[in-house]
Amino acid sequence: MSEPAVRVRSALGSWDAIVLIAVVAVAVVGALTIDGVASPRFWRFVTLEAIPIALIALPMTLVVITGEIDLSVASVLGLTCTVMGQLWVWGVSSLPLIIALCLLLGAVLGAVNGLFVTGFGLPSLAVTIGTLALYRGLAYVVLGDRAVADYPAEWTNSAIAPIPGTTIPWMILVVAVLAVAFGVLLHATPIGRGLYAMGNNAEAARFAGISVVRTKFWLFAATGAMSALAGVFWTLRFASARADNGSGLELAVVAAVLLGGVSIFGGRGGLLGVIAAVALLGVLRNALQLAYVPANTLTIITGSLLIASVVGPNVVGMLRERLRRRRPATPTPSAST
Amino acid sequence: MATPLLALSGVSKSFGAVAALRDVRLELYSGEAHALVGENGAGKSTLVKILAGVHAPDQGTLTLDGRPVTLGNPADARAAGIAVIYQEPTLFPDLSVAENIFMGRQPLRSLRRIASAEMRARAIELCERLGVPLDPDRPARGLSIADQQIVEIAKALSLDARVLVMDEPTAALSGVEVERLFTVARSLRDSGTAVLFISHRFDEVFALCQRVTVMRDGRWVSTDPAADLSVDEVVRRMVGREVTSLFPKEPATVGEPRLEVRGLTRHGSFADVSFTVRGGEIVALAGLVGAGRSEVSRAIFGVDPYDAGQVCVDGKRLPRGDTAAAIEAGLALVPEDRRQQGLVMELSVERNATLPRRWALTRMGLLFGGAERRAAGTWAERLQVKAARLSDAVSTLSGGNQQKVVLAKWLATHPRVLIVDEPTRGIDVGTKSEVHRLLSRLAGDGVAVLMVSSELPEVLGMADRVLVMHEGRLAADIPRDRADEESVMLAATGQGGRS
Repeated sequence: MSEPAVRVRSALGSWDAIVLIAVVAVAVVGALTIDGVASPRFWRFVTLEAIPIALIALPMTLVVITGEIDLSVASVLGLTCTVMGQLWVWGVSSLPLIIALCLLLGAVLGAVNGLFVTGFGLPSLAVTIGTLALYRGLAYVVLGDRAVADYPAEWTNSAIAPIPGTTIPWMILVVAVLAVAFGVLLHATPIGRGLYAMGNNAEAARFAGISVVRTKFWLFAATGAMSALAGVFWTLRFASARADNGSGLELAVVAAVLLGGVSIFGGRGGLLGVIAAVALLGVLRNALQLAYVPANTLTIITGSLLIASVVGPNVVGMLRERLRRRRPATPTPSAST
Repeated sequence: MATPLLALSGVSKSFGAVAALRDVRLELYSGEAHALVGENGAGKSTLVKILAGVHAPDQGTLTLDGRPVTLGNPADARAAGIAVIYQEPTLFPDLSVAENIFMGRQPLRSLRRIASAEMRARAIELCERLGVPLDPDRPARGLSIADQQIVEIAKALSLDARVLVMDEPTAALSGVEVERLFTVARSLRDSGTAVLFISHRFDEVFALCQRVTVMRDGRWVSTDPAADLSVDEVVRRMVGREVTSLFPKEPATVGEPRLEVRGLTRHGSFADVSFTVRGGEIVALAGLVGAGRSEVSRAIFGVDPYDAGQVCVDGKRLPRGDTAAAIEAGLALVPEDRRQQGLVMELSVERNATLPRRWALTRMGLLFGGAERRAAGTWAERLQVKAARLSDAVSTLSGGNQQKVVLAKWLATHPRVLIVDEPTRGIDVGTKSEVHRLLSRLAGDGVAVLMVSSELPEVLGMADRVLVMHEGRLAADIPRDRADEESVMLAATGQGGRS
């Protein structure tokens, strides 16, 4: 078989494609069977819910590809929300200034994770479970049980304003631009090549002159900044800064990244699959909600998909390997791979 | 003498296409210390692993008291009374000395509870028998290597081991500790244990052992009473093979100093290493495994930091521990362990081959379609890498082709100084001579080549000069016309003064 044909075939058989097909299938089946899924309002809601998850999933994909993980993202989001509320209470009335300060805060919180992981060589799983609790705790220190909700209407409206002529919020365009930027960084730059190399074999990456420590540090800082951006959006969308904003969101983000085909062991996966997985989880969740499936069941479904996404690629790989081994025994050795 | 306590005959073992042992024999007698000597790669370690039950031989028999036995796993070997003490024992650091000695077979009292008092008493008794008073309650963490070995020997004693194999036990010990270990080994020997002692230190071999077996290239060479042998004779037997199937270096114009290393020191690894490699020169870095050669090359390349000294390329000093700067300055390192250090096995051939110079392939900061494939293709063709597709994972290639990918990866950076660490280990003869031809051609083009190699024929065939390391220091700098197998081996084993 010729080289381009092989590539087309392998692309179609890839995990990305499976997830993309699943999104379309769920949307079509949902629209046909569940009342309301076909409505524009449904898609507006799905998009609003997917935006913060997508914002955090973008850098998280890169982090997981290097073989690390950041579980503190939802707490960074929560702490950012409370600081944003406090800034407003103190009378900071410039939205760009508030956003800039929040992004800076997020980057610093992420850099603290990065420092512990790269500077002290601690496992990121342990470090970020620690900061998951720490940052959420700090969020309660900032606002306690209060909520700051008296933002100007033009701020809150601007965050959820639709693209003219549609119901889809314009923020999705920001997400799209960032997704392209992260996609190019991961798939078409020397830095991206380095991420895959260090995720597969950090020692070989060091021997190739790749600065594993520095790269991972900046990735954690970027993840913090993106989580903060998600926090700003969260606050404005719900017009409410509270310490428990985004609680448990890290599960949705990690589920999307793994369901998107990124290996939890690092070194494998791509951004397209992750974006498809964010869409899949969003559509599935909201469609089932419309079908009056209880919230607990939805959580069970998310958890099961998470397990399936970790097990799935392994099973597919095992089946492929078995087929490949059996092939030489078949009477048609001329069949190309 | 009577029936040997343990006898191996006709033992062969291959790993893939590489024959590690061919028709090896060995007889160990009760009450005798037996030395096993040979160069790196002579097959000693494989033989030890067969005795330890880690590897099963492909062919040959193993008899214990004249009865054939099969050692399918380490538990079998232990049950047969064979105990192995390694150079660096692997104890459980957070368990006590007594718990380590009796791990897995603690004395029990009712309800399967551990009889701590009995275990402690027996640990004390064992240590006393060895003449080394160790506190049975202290954790193994922090014990010196010598004391850890004593714990291992105590474990062997508690198992009533009849064969004690010691694989280079003295490599990390001080003089006093070696003496203490020998006292223990002698008393075990005299009480009827068969001791197999593996060492590169000939003075120790002759101090402890009655008989000496020499191995070379996975084959048995000779077994003689130590009293009939001299150090020179043993060295001759260890290295005495023909220099064949190798491509000798072509003469090249030796130019300016390219790589200068001054007083390079890393505590615990190597000390005060100074040398210069000029353009057009191939300089070999020879020595035994553990002499610090790979550590020196890693420090030069910036993968590891160093404590003192400096590295200059073309007169420009390199920052310490900065691999990217070293590559920028024109250094390249083909590492020893290509699977762990040289290649990212799951990535494609093209990604691997272009990894160090991927920045140079960008346009406007981006890697556009096929830039890597074209660059990798050029070098894959030049080195005749046999891969179905350049987009295949490098793990699907044979060992020789993987090594070519590593070479392609670094040659593509057009290095001014090329360090190769065991460039032909584990690859077939054909590829080997291709690699040698390539290194020779590079030197001809003015590249300074530093070649770490444990294969003496390769060292002698390729090198303009041979630097020999012994226990972390440069022991000799031998020019090509005076380098031969004996002079290199003697320097490598710390007998340099005798040559």
